[in-house]
Amino acid sequence: MDGIFFQQIINGLTLGSVYGLIAIGYTMVYGIIGMINFAHGDVYMVSAYLAAIGIAVLSFFGLHSFPLLILGTLAFSIVITGVYGWTIERIAYKPLRNSTRLAPLISAIGMSLILQNYVQLSQGARQQGIPTLLEGALRLHIGDDYVQLTYTKLFIIVVSLLGMLALTFIIHRTKLGRMCRATQQDRKMAEILGINTDRVIAYVFVIGASMAALAGMLITLNYGTFDFYAGFVIGIKAFTAAVLGGIGSLPGAMLGGIILGIAEAQFSGMVNTDYKDVFAFGLLVTILIFRPQGLLGRPQVAKV
Amino acid sequence: MFQKAFKKGILAVAITGAASLSGVAMADVVIGVAGPMTGGNAAYGDQYWRGATMAAETINAAGGINGEPIKLVKADDACEPKQAVAAANRLVDLDKAVGVIGHFCSSSTIPASEVYDEAGIIAITPGSTNPQVTERGLGTVFRMCGRDDQQGKVAADYIVDQLKAKKVAVIHDKDTYGQGLADATKEQLHKRGVTEVLYEGLTRGEKDFNALVTKIRASGAEVVYFGGCHPEAGPLVRQMREQGVTAKFLSGDCVVTDELVNTAGGAKYTDGVLMTFGADPRLIPEGKEVIEKFRAAGFEPEGYTLYAYATLQAIAAAFTGAGSTDGAKAAEWLKTHPVQTVMGTKEFDSKGDLKVSDYVLYQWDANGKYTQL
Repeated sequence: MDGIFFQQIINGLTLGSVYGLIAIGYTMVYGIIGMINFAHGDVYMVSAYLAAIGIAVLSFFGLHSFPLLILGTLAFSIVITGVYGWTIERIAYKPLRNSTRLAPLISAIGMSLILQNYVQLSQGARQQGIPTLLEGALRLHIGDDYVQLTYTKLFIIVVSLLGMLALTFIIHRTKLGRMCRATQQDRKMAEILGINTDRVIAYVFVIGASMAALAGMLITLNYGTFDFYAGFVIGIKAFTAAVLGGIGSLPGAMLGGIILGIAEAQFSGMVNTDYKDVFAFGLLVTILIFRPQGLLGRPQVAKV
Repeated sequence: MFQKAFKKGILAVAITGAASLSGVAMADVVIGVAGPMTGGNAAYGDQYWRGATMAAETINAAGGINGEPIKLVKADDACEPKQAVAAANRLVDLDKAVGVIGHFCSSSTIPASEVYDEAGIIAITPGSTNPQVTERGLGTVFRMCGRDDQQGKVAADYIVDQLKAKKVAVIHDKDTYGQGLADATKEQLHKRGVTEVLYEGLTRGEKDFNALVTKIRASGAEVVYFGGCHPEAGPLVRQMREQGVTAKFLSGDCVVTDELVNTAGGAKYTDGVLMTFGADPRLIPEGKEVIEKFRAAGFEPEGYTLYAYATLQAIAAAFTGAGSTDGAKAAEWLKTHPVQTVMGTKEFDSKGDLKVSDYVLYQWDANGKYTQL
């Protein structure tokens, strides 16, 4: 119980908040139309490229103040990534709305391949990088040891929290959120009551993509490097986080992400890095045995 | 039985196909350039391709091989063993390659070389350093670089003699090349009386190694040895510096590209990073003219570029010397004759390894360039 322990908590917390932000895209889409959007990890990857492009363009026009640069990039990347989310839904999922459950799953995998190859062809297969924008770190002394937290990591934790709060507000306090919840509970009834559910579903994809864009920018700032394949590994982890927290539940996605992040970090620290994924997935299996609906998920009620 | 018949069928189709196309292609000497043209390690595929095309142009301008021009064919394995075998089969069956420059990642070269051996064509890898590449007794497989048991020894001796480190953390990427190199270094460290304080593997494709870095910090290591490539080395060294770990970072020949600086997010993170690599071919007088040509074309022949150039020179010399493109004859010739290359005179032993390995230490500086120590 020393500096190392707290350092691993911080490592896990930053990684976990990012998992959580991406997990929201999986969980919202599942909640509303009951499908797994496997292309979501690649939407995040596209947003990482967009963030780098945004930063490059804005710096080119002489914008160097960090807050303005970040806000400008964020606006740019959220809007464009949102358009991607909307387009993917329109092209790959909407035409399959009333077919078997497997059809959109397959088209999601196809979409994921298309996005990867499209980015590879248009941006090149090489590793891309951006310079460090936010320098410096906080160092907290604990006994003989210390915990070091870069400002970028602090920024990640704070911004993901703000992102989550904003999203919770939208879902629980606005008209759009009410329509989303109604569609999630009973799509047919919502339609009868005059809600354009097709449009609501499109909005959900846009919201999920925006959260992925937020994550994309934060990750790009923190690690400074990405490539066209970056969405795969993190997409799988985020999906795991969504299932762990209870797929369909918003706070569950965030909680699942943070638990997964901290579990990975602590296991690497105390036992072994080689098997951290084995431990993470083992944890998932154990939780699903005792709570098949996930930590915060609602159990499926059989409709009679 | 069925499979055999099926194979014959495919062969028959391929032969008829080739026969109808042969009017134009007959005269060319087709040589495959195989490596990671896409994916995280695409920088090395690019180095291969640029080196090979420049060599092919020069050799063709001088009359080609036995009067026939060289035609290069690109094959992408993305450093994936499965894709490497598919690419090798395509080179052999479809492109009718008579020689191969490749592959890059040892985990790709090892399975792919069995395909070339079966087809009896000559394959020289400019950059695969895992001992198993030439240890399996395949007659037509060579390499234009050193071996990891030699490279690991140089690295470990440097850690003990120059850095005088007592606490060494050995990290690898769980890949054939990375773990093999890390193990070779670890073994030599043991021989020199140093036991590592940490030995762990990270996952290729991930970017967050903070938990591992904290563990390195807790171990109190003075030197971190990493067996792996730049897509992971860059973020690893950056996260070490971000957590205030000042240990020396030493790696092998898979970080010899300026993309290392890119993946770390700036030269200030890679400043002081050490690596082992063959003596800088750019310092050898024989290569001066060729290097000027590369620079005139706007490309700095870093890393394995000149190795690929030299590889094609060796293949061309073997075909010319043996008087045919037959793999067995060319291999026999290569094992008994020295070859003049852009990197100086090279001689192969009976296994297909170079007789002299020349690993030395390099250091990255604050401008994102590396120089021989």
